[in-house]
Amino acid sequence: MTDWLSPEEWQAVALSLRVSAVATAASLPLGILVALALARGRFPGRQVLNGIVHLPLILPPVVTGYLLLLTFGRKGLVGQVLDQWFGVVLAFRWTGAALAAAIMAFPLMVRAIRLAIEAVDPKLEQAAATLGASRPWIFATVTLPMILPGIVAGAILAFAKAMGEFGATITFVSNIPGQTQTLPSAIYSFLQVPGGDAQAARLVMVAVVIAMAALLLSEWVGRAVARRIGGA
Amino acid sequence: MTLSVSLNHRLPGFTLDLSFEAPPGLTALFGRSGAGKTTVVNAVAGLVTPERGRIVADDGVLLDTAAGVNLPPHRRRVGYVFQDARLFPHLTVRQNLLYGRFFAPKGAGADLARIVDLLGIAALLGRRPGALSGGERQRVAIGRAILSNPRMLLLDEPLAALDEARKAEILPYLERLRDELGLPMLYVSHAMSEVARLATTVVLMEAGRVTAAGPTAAILSDPAAATGLGLREAGAVLDARVAAQEADGLTRLETGAGPLWLPQIDARDGALLRLRILAQDVMLATQRPQGVSALNILPATVRDIRIGDGPGALVRLTAGEETILARITRRSVDALGLEAGRPVYAVLKAVSVARENVGQTGQIAR
Repeated sequence: MTDWLSPEEWQAVALSLRVSAVATAASLPLGILVALALARGRFPGRQVLNGIVHLPLILPPVVTGYLLLLTFGRKGLVGQVLDQWFGVVLAFRWTGAALAAAIMAFPLMVRAIRLAIEAVDPKLEQAAATLGASRPWIFATVTLPMILPGIVAGAILAFAKAMGEFGATITFVSNIPGQTQTLPSAIYSFLQVPGGDAQAARLVMVAVVIAMAALLLSEWVGRAVARRIGGA
Repeated sequence: MTLSVSLNHRLPGFTLDLSFEAPPGLTALFGRSGAGKTTVVNAVAGLVTPERGRIVADDGVLLDTAAGVNLPPHRRRVGYVFQDARLFPHLTVRQNLLYGRFFAPKGAGADLARIVDLLGIAALLGRRPGALSGGERQRVAIGRAILSNPRMLLLDEPLAALDEARKAEILPYLERLRDELGLPMLYVSHAMSEVARLATTVVLMEAGRVTAAGPTAAILSDPAAATGLGLREAGAVLDARVAAQEADGLTRLETGAGPLWLPQIDARDGALLRLRILAQDVMLATQRPQGVSALNILPATVRDIRIGDGPGALVRLTAGEETILARITRRSVDALGLEAGRPVYAVLKAVSVARENVGQTGQIAR
């Protein structure tokens, strides 16, 4: 694989994998919490939370990227605090690319998990309560195992979405080879220079293979879980 | 253990306003659908919080709205068997059975091997609920509730979702549990045959109120309660002992009312049984009938007669130490000149006591 892809191309693929993995893993706990709040919570502002979560799905990605820059840039509201208090800079770093990817993928993740939570029969949780399980135990031993397929599906979907994120990423962290140049940004760059078609085509194939692998994996996991729950 | 319940709670359409006591044994909450029976059980389990109420077990207060006590469901230690089993689909039968044990106080409590044996579910332990039949699921659900080491067992129409064959399969297990575990049970049902077979105590409910409560034999043979039970279902409960299996396929039983012959009952000699004799299956005669095919002719005395709104009447008889109920027409009451104190003969065909109305018991119903 290393001689098949040039070092620059390989770098873009590796960075994309890292950005997507970090984005998915870091946003998953929050994703589960938000999905729980949206599925089960009865609080004022639930619709507002729902709207905010889904906003990146509807806004042009460039707008999301620009808003990220305004908020998390060095002079931004949150970025300033992060920089001065914790020495953390997100803009124009790969961590920023992960943040952008996580936010863009978040609605898909939450949606998948929320659907799984809504499919859990609250009667089973009542049964667990009568058997002596407190709320946290009910969540850990009944709810969580039953929504696991939804969580896996949501994570894989988010990972695939993060792999393909382009607009918000390039706006927020630019397109610096070796630092913030993800797979889609690299394809875009190669297409901008004469004779870059072959390189772009190779990366496109990599992107297709990764996307297919993710899809097959989620199918397989879904089936394995269904077999475990439904069968003998 | 005695459970005492008193509740006041508004429901759509009517108000639940009742109090009753459930002494040791199996207490049946009996009434039509929509009488509020399930709400009562849910309140005992803590799944419903009534507006006002007090629920006390011997060893603790579960709910007392006046004192601001309301234990959450997981701290009430009541085993609940739901109508729809509610097994955890992601766990095996064994894991389902042991689920409650993890949260129960260590030490005491029923032992897995014994309950598995009592319920006949040894062959199912490795399976998942998705692969079980309705009857098997319900047996596992009963085992799961018992193994959580509860102070009492709540059963909300555990047989209602099953067909007749499955019901017949589970009833003997419930009888064994009642007689062998000594665990108080609160059993919701709208099927009189189940109540007559299983209950030690009956609480009759109608539209959120208790209309009668007491020992099973007394309530079921009370003509005043019969309208609440449904006239077709009215009938007395007798205790019987298997005396002999006779050569022509009949079983001779000793009862407090005299000997009875019924179609072969699969029980050893000396076994204790509980019979339900439906009022509509009993004929009355003023003289001992001659040349009649019915095998069972019991001398009795009329205790009282309750004339209904329609053409029928319910006659309560004292036969030996037992009470028998007969449903006849008002015309016959007049024609025979029946009145309290009059000696009569109760006539019962051997074949009219249905299979489902014969139950095994280790206890006496009276």
